[in-house]
Amino acid sequence: MDEKVTAAPTQEEIVNWVESATKEVFQTMLGLDATVGEHFIEEPDKGLSMGVIGIIGLVGDWTGTAVVSCSSPLACRVANTLFMQEYAYVNDEVLDAVAEITNMIIGNLKNNLELKLGTMGLSIPAVVFGRNFATRRSGKESWYVIRFDVDGERLDVQLCLTPNQLAGQNLKGMPRIMSLA
Amino acid sequence: MAMDVLIVDDSAAIRKILQRVLRQTEVPIGNILEAGDGLEALALLEQQKVGLILSDINMPNMDGLEMLSKVKSIEAYKSVPVIMITTEGNQNKVMEAVSLGASGYVRKPFTTEQIKEKLTGLV
Repeated sequence: MDEKVTAAPTQEEIVNWVESATKEVFQTMLGLDATVGEHFIEEPDKGLSMGVIGIIGLVGDWTGTAVVSCSSPLACRVANTLFMQEYAYVNDEVLDAVAEITNMIIGNLKNNLELKLGTMGLSIPAVVFGRNFATRRSGKESWYVIRFDVDGERLDVQLCLTPNQLAGQNLKGMPRIMSLA
Repeated sequence: MAMDVLIVDDSAAIRKILQRVLRQTEVPIGNILEAGDGLEALALLEQQKVGLILSDINMPNMDGLEMLSKVKSIEAYKSVPVIMITTEGNQNKVMEAVSLGASGYVRKPFTTEQIKEKLTGLV
């Protein structure tokens, strides 16, 4: 098997690409400013416990998972603006809106990741919504967490990447989706 | 005369957004049909003729490029404009779409104005 492993992007590159993709999607599609705040690397044992969470798997020579999470009010605001309808609470259409925003942010991020890591595919986005749940991340890889403020509401973009041990075997990879605990 | 349009995208959200944008354009739009992938789109096109197709590239079952190739092989659709709307940044795929007969390309995220401009230039 080809042992070629490309160099991982630096943390600075990841943060810059996530920032640029997120800002562009919020500005273009929603007319909202997404202001980047703190960014850090988090150990895999931490998980999310509330809000609306969009999850997409990436697969190629490198594989990983990207997560976009936000509060329910921000999810409703995103849907209000995208669909020009009022959503007072999270329903299927709000989840569709968050799935699409996740798809666009990570799709644009993927275009930059591919410059360094080779061609990647994206899984179909999944969305989780609830309160008082616990999530667990499988694997030992650390996660990049980039935090944004959108009109006073928090939005996090999280990314985990690792060289794909199965690259070149023409296998369709499965995203390392956080399992609900 | 109002023109029927087919929107092909696996995202329900994008189909809904494009429906809204189409209704806001100056172009007279008739029925708007929706398909979630290329296979569904081809099945719909067998039943009803449309004057414009807006399609994603990356979709399950049959992607936008394969669908475009099949659509353009149908005599009745050779001159029907097909606009690709996608997050795909791979220029090879964009060039492939153009070589297969796509009339234009809009990258997601898009503004309403970008879609309107593209339509006005084509229709």
